[in-house]
Amino acid sequence: MSARTRHATRRKLFSHAMTVLTGLAVVIVMIPLFWIIYECVLLGGSHLTLGYFTQGTPPPCSPIECKAGGGLQLMQGTFIVVGLASLYAVPVGIAGAIFAVEYGGQRAWARAFSFAADVLSGVPSIVVGMFIYVVIFYYDPQIVFSVTSGSLALGAIMLPIVMRATEEALRTVPHSVREAALALGMSRWKISLRIVLLSALPGVLTGVLLAVSRAVGEAAPLLLLDNTNLGFTGTNNPADTMALSIYLFAASPYKNWANLAWETALVLLIFVLVLSLTSRLLLNRWSRKWKA
Amino acid sequence: MTRGNPFRPSSSRRTLRAPRIGDRIFFVLTLIGALGVVAVLIAVVAALFHGAQPALQQYGFSPVFGRIWNPSDYVYGFVPFILGTLVTSTIALLISVPLSLGAAIFLTQHAPLWLREPVAQVIQLLAAIPSVVYGLWGLIIITPLMAADVNPALASYLGWTGLFGGPTNYGENLLTASIVLSIMTVPTITAFSRDAMEAVPRSQKEAAISLGATHWEVTRRSIVPYARSGIVAGIVLGLGRALGETMAVTMTIGNRNAIPTSLLSPAQSIPSLIATDYFEAITPNEIPALFEMALILLLITLAVNIGARAILARLALGSGVGAE
Amino acid sequence: MEGVNSVLGESPTKMDVQNLSAYYGQSRAIQEINLAFPEKKVTAIIGPSGCGKSTLIRCLNRMHETGYRARVEGSVLLDGEDLYELDATLVRRRVGMVFQKPNPFATMSIYNNVSAALRFNGRPSREECDAVVLRSLRQAALWDEVKDRIDEPATSLSGGQQQRLCIARALAANPEVILMDEPCSALDPIATAKIEELIGQLKNDYTVIIVTHNMQQAARVADFTSFLYLGKLVEFGPTEQLFERPKEHLTEAYITGRFG
Repeated sequence: MSARTRHATRRKLFSHAMTVLTGLAVVIVMIPLFWIIYECVLLGGSHLTLGYFTQGTPPPCSPIECKAGGGLQLMQGTFIVVGLASLYAVPVGIAGAIFAVEYGGQRAWARAFSFAADVLSGVPSIVVGMFIYVVIFYYDPQIVFSVTSGSLALGAIMLPIVMRATEEALRTVPHSVREAALALGMSRWKISLRIVLLSALPGVLTGVLLAVSRAVGEAAPLLLLDNTNLGFTGTNNPADTMALSIYLFAASPYKNWANLAWETALVLLIFVLVLSLTSRLLLNRWSRKWKA
Repeated sequence: MTRGNPFRPSSSRRTLRAPRIGDRIFFVLTLIGALGVVAVLIAVVAALFHGAQPALQQYGFSPVFGRIWNPSDYVYGFVPFILGTLVTSTIALLISVPLSLGAAIFLTQHAPLWLREPVAQVIQLLAAIPSVVYGLWGLIIITPLMAADVNPALASYLGWTGLFGGPTNYGENLLTASIVLSIMTVPTITAFSRDAMEAVPRSQKEAAISLGATHWEVTRRSIVPYARSGIVAGIVLGLGRALGETMAVTMTIGNRNAIPTSLLSPAQSIPSLIATDYFEAITPNEIPALFEMALILLLITLAVNIGARAILARLALGSGVGAE
Repeated sequence: MEGVNSVLGESPTKMDVQNLSAYYGQSRAIQEINLAFPEKKVTAIIGPSGCGKSTLIRCLNRMHETGYRARVEGSVLLDGEDLYELDATLVRRRVGMVFQKPNPFATMSIYNNVSAALRFNGRPSREECDAVVLRSLRQAALWDEVKDRIDEPATSLSGGQQQRLCIARALAANPEVILMDEPCSALDPIATAKIEELIGQLKNDYTVIIVTHNMQQAARVADFTSFLYLGKLVEFGPTEQLFERPKEHLTEAYITGRFG
């Protein structure tokens, strides 16, 4: 074998080795995903009964009794806080996206709004919590620790996600559709809402689902604004949520609370993964329809 | 006479050409929405400035160089936390960049077509897992492992580097937090690297192949360099995420408010300090000091994010919705 | 240019373009055009690529000004009223348009496409909608082909059918004038023939203005033809006269194929 062939063979072997290595990288990267799911199922699923969905947070274990309790209050809290947050974030996000796309189009200042949204989504969530803290403190110090504050913070986190997803969806609608509607003498706002937004709806929905998925898992701002063990007693009071309770109960010495943390993690994980998969499937199916 | 954009009534015409009422209201409502995003962004910075005022006035930026954090003695040094934040993020990237890049290379260059999308989606699921769940898993599952097996191994084999000194029985330490953090940055880097490499024109690849390059050489010499900007943008965005990560880090870093002496010692990052200390704060300037640190963190994160987005804007590669 | 009325003879003028110029930013696409379109006749606008035909026709229903940095100077009178003094949306309900590439609303059914203008501009009853859809599809010579699948998506139709659907959609809005911007250029010859036949019937009820790059098509369908070159109106007259005895050298050169 000549030197050149030997060199070539060496290069080929090296190339094959790198193929294996990169394949290995894929496997390594997926290990934590399955490991986390495994642990949640193992430690959360072993005690999980339907009681999780019907019972509230139990009192801490005492030598006399150790009730398992459930996550009903937590789910309630999550539902209310994230629900309110969506009420703030979704209309504002959609409106902003419509403005950038329908009035701005390709112009520079329209892209400035998208840029701002992207930058906002990079702000650490705990900083968002501090921001809301300052704002609410000046508005009404009594309600600093409340469902209201918590939902405002989560809303601020959800906002750029909804806005960007809506914007991308609106931009996929071909210009000819708008032209056709204009030529029929339809008013601008009707075109934007009833034709453009409607046909972009799956993309918008995907954005909303992703934003909800994110908000449901957020605990950092709630540490500052909604930190409690209690259930929902009104929007001016704090209420525990699933994500927050995982943090609060994770290292708990009380067995029933520690178990609750894992059970909540499992339920949360399933919810979030299902939401993530559905929204991506929805997006794929929808974008394929438009290409047809 | 000139008529232009129907939304700007021309001045020279005597009759009314105003746009319809519905359109006017719609314009204003959507404008408010768009301005809302900008307003929130500005308000965040303003709020932090406001909260940090007392500390800024009294100490300025000197705490950035202070090495001791002892609020009860009115000593506010930020170094332990800046160090904690930077070290965890750096190590997290050191671990995740080769792995993410490798995965992206495999997915775009080697994997059969039917495998690509499903595997990519599975990797993206890592992004969907909430931070607290990472923290829970890190705290309950990983830290005992670290304390029992990994730390002693590292200390004995790599102790000569000077990075793994000190007691090895702390499972919650700088290294553990970095490892958990690295997993969290993988989906971002993978997604952007994938997008960047898929956007490389076929002609580039074919040019390298026609010169007799092996598969790997094509990737290394032609594709990755061409996709460089997108990959870098993804890494920088991953860094931004790592810098601001709170829950997972708080639950695994050890929460010790002092400069860590080794990778195996407990430490504290800026977000984790805020998370644990906000309501423990006793002395008057402690919270403003927290705000000052948050402000510094925010400015760094903003700079990092704006930089990455600027690179991307130049490439017009889009933002990869969902990769956040 | 001699008085347009003498050319038109007996036909009343439906649309009167006076000193119309249109710009994209700084560049001028059409320059001081004076043109009268006769009522209930078909008028073709021909000319080489880039002569401003599309720009001109888009000024007639005020679509041009929705473009980026687009401007218009001059006036367009519809039955004596200047369109540029009126509400643009209302103008577009009186002057309808069919585009080069068929653009039915992809997410709507055939029925919903045709009734779109009706539904979005008012609150029609089911009977009103049905009547309008039936009438419009008949007028567009599409009814027989789609009457059994009227709730299917519009995208299930062929290219030629989609274009007739767009014509039906425009007709359903009950315009007075129908503008057509190269309506057949994306269609095959058979579909083209169907639409040309349709145009011949439409002129009984509507004023039709059609832009075409195909001179033979203009000769086939149009009563009157105008020839544009580099943004200016060169000649206007009855089709037969323009093609057989053109008054301007430029017209003759274009018609005999010496350029464009």
